[in-house]
Amino acid sequence: MAVAETRAEPAVAARPAMARILWLRAKPTVLALIVPLLLLAFWQVATANRWTLLIPTPYQVGEYMVDFAVGGIYDDAYSSTLFTHLLASMSRVYGGFALAALFALPIGMMVGRMPTARMLLDPFLQLMRPIPVTAWLPLSMILFGLGAKSAFALVCLGAFYPILLNTIFGVRSVDPKLFEAASMLGCRGSAQFYKVVLPAATPSIFTGLRLGLGLAWFVIVVGEMTGVPQGLGAVIMDGRTLSRTELVICGMIVIGLAGYVSDRLVVALGNRLLRWSPNHNG
Amino acid sequence: MVEASPIIEISHVSKVFQLQQQTIHALSDANLTIAKGEFICLIGASGCGKSTLLRIMAGFEQPSSGQALMWGRPIAGPDPSRGMVFQDYALFPWLTVRENIGFGPAARGLARSQVKETVDKFVELVGLSKFANVYPHQLSGGMKQRVAIARVLANDAELVLMDEPFGALDAMTRERLQDELLEIWQRTKLTVVFVTHSIEEAIFLANRVVVMTPGPGRIESDNPLDLARPRDVASPEFNDVRRVLGAKLHSHHEKKAAA
Repeated sequence: MAVAETRAEPAVAARPAMARILWLRAKPTVLALIVPLLLLAFWQVATANRWTLLIPTPYQVGEYMVDFAVGGIYDDAYSSTLFTHLLASMSRVYGGFALAALFALPIGMMVGRMPTARMLLDPFLQLMRPIPVTAWLPLSMILFGLGAKSAFALVCLGAFYPILLNTIFGVRSVDPKLFEAASMLGCRGSAQFYKVVLPAATPSIFTGLRLGLGLAWFVIVVGEMTGVPQGLGAVIMDGRTLSRTELVICGMIVIGLAGYVSDRLVVALGNRLLRWSPNHNG
Repeated sequence: MVEASPIIEISHVSKVFQLQQQTIHALSDANLTIAKGEFICLIGASGCGKSTLLRIMAGFEQPSSGQALMWGRPIAGPDPSRGMVFQDYALFPWLTVRENIGFGPAARGLARSQVKETVDKFVELVGLSKFANVYPHQLSGGMKQRVAIARVLANDAELVLMDEPFGALDAMTRERLQDELLEIWQRTKLTVVFVTHSIEEAIFLANRVVVMTPGPGRIESDNPLDLARPRDVASPEFNDVRRVLGAKLHSHHEKKAAA
């Protein structure tokens, strides 16, 4: 009896330990899934009980998503076009983002480090900042025409400010001691910009690029309201006019997932490049 | 035989800062001559101008009046010949230990192979070979300060200016670094100006202790020490010096009390 008890003890101790390790591994995923699953359940309950007739059930959307991606179910105008639209949107998101970075990085560096540039540009840029991208839509269509150019311009505008503001902040908030350290080591004048200011600002600049890319995905629907034939934003606008809610929801889900994956890639890249920074593990 | 000019000559140097409406006399009529190879400690309470004097020697500040000379020429700005070791290290966080030490040699335009050779030598000298490719945030305070010292030495500094370099370290690490610094100083015949607020640290390290007093900051006295090395902080001789310097350090209180 006593022997059996002592023998049982390690087994009892070992099992919770294994379970604990498994739980610790799975915990982040499990916790992350709770809210989406609850929302999905609510959606199911709401549509099954006909609280609304205009929103399809999760199953219907799921089925349509498969058709949207690979076809073979409904075979309508949108069957197996997902990747065409995704690619079109991605080209605008990354194109507009790259264009924004091309402008925002040098302007931010100048405004951040050169008093004259700051006095010249900062009031103007701050004045333009509160104007939402949506408000630019009509002007953009006049200036750049209906189509892809307008979409580029609007995405670019959406991504511009986070990159600009974080670049300004980054190049301005360099520890003054580092300039003294550099100058007593023989690095003076403009060389300090490349050897001290730029590397010191990389964490902020990186944060700006990450936010900018996020916003580029965020404004893609507005950008594609400009009458482009392809793109996830265009699909959502078509879904609206055709009263095809399942199309709208599919478009939303794809934008969400694409934006998420793109952000994770950027974060992974940042964690590699900014290994030196103790507070950069996003 | 003509006497060589001193490495540093500070004559009648004053420094006044304007802070909003207030005028602050950080340093008043300071005179100090430093010969090559000396180990000078500047000691005093906060506000006595010791850091200001050090920063003037570094070239980070210009005197409001008077002259600061190195080898007889005015100190116009920071220069690799005068290396600074800061209390809070001021290492470049984005560079590894190796790259931090190689920063100066690379900035001065040395060839890559020469930079590598120099870096190897000084990484070894400060005992950080195992941590050569590590970033500063992964190092302890003592290791960071070793890197800061190595990067100044790697840049061929003749004069090493140290602003309370061991002030943020724990007692054990501080003692080890003091020993290591003395060893490097004796081996290389560097000139060191070391700011501290610890009497014990000053007496342990220096062959001359310059006592400074605040309000306005000025040099109270210049005290050559002839204690034999290695010095024993527990010896009676050491404590005699400590008593004398302690009295000088607090002399301005008595003057104020008398006034």
